[in-house]
Amino acid sequence: MAEKHRTIPLAKRGFDFETVMWTFTRVSALAMYILVLISLVGALVMGARTQMNLADLMRWVFTPNVSHVTNTNVPDIEPWMTVFWKVTACIMLFFATSHGLHGLLSVLEDYLAILWLRRTLRVLVLLLVLFMIYVGIYVVWTS
Amino acid sequence: MGLKRNVGLMTGLRYQGKGPMLTFVLHRVSGLGIVLFVSVHILSSYFGGDLGIFLNTVYEHWAFQLVIFFCALFHAINGLRIVVLDLWPKLIEHQREAIWVEWAVFLPVYAIAVIVILSTALGG
Repeated sequence: MAEKHRTIPLAKRGFDFETVMWTFTRVSALAMYILVLISLVGALVMGARTQMNLADLMRWVFTPNVSHVTNTNVPDIEPWMTVFWKVTACIMLFFATSHGLHGLLSVLEDYLAILWLRRTLRVLVLLLVLFMIYVGIYVVWTS
Repeated sequence: MGLKRNVGLMTGLRYQGKGPMLTFVLHRVSGLGIVLFVSVHILSSYFGGDLGIFLNTVYEHWAFQLVIFFCALFHAINGLRIVVLDLWPKLIEHQREAIWVEWAVFLPVYAIAVIVILSTALGG
């Protein structure tokens, strides 16, 4: 049974929205793990070990935005607000928003049978993702 | 998937999915919790104002932090198990063992977070 599945050619497996998003959910999860590790190593290099407590460090690694360290004992916030960290925060924002809101969509679709409602919901979630990414990028670059 | 189900609601509720079912339910609940928290957090820092300040005091409460840390850590660790099992499908045979490993990783990590949160909140 298991052998049979592996011999199905790629074209017959079905390449639709749900397959793409299934893959994207896994890939974006790994990408967020990598971004968290980059932020963690970066914070420790910049002196987080003696200047921050665990909660501040976790807040920073989830999204490396400078507003997450302004209340800590960091003496100089300049290295925490470089273009590198703002771009990293924006990539994290992109993956977190699309991964999370697609998760919301797939939970809702499990309980919705009406076809036009599901199609409308997909468009609404896509618009919501774009709106949240816009809002997030604005917050990251102005904070 | 439709509204016409083969099993009734009471039968569905009595479904004994055990460990895998528990992680499935917790993954959904924690995921929705994170979506709600992150969305409100981004929107409140965009709009600011009195509501934003009020929401910040809610986030900083230790009870809220216990909940959101559970959501984030469980979703991350369970998500890593799902990714590993899905990208190497042969490992799905060992799903139950993988879930035990997952709890063995999650419980100490969450325990550290709980101790830090509570000692900061109650110890000053």
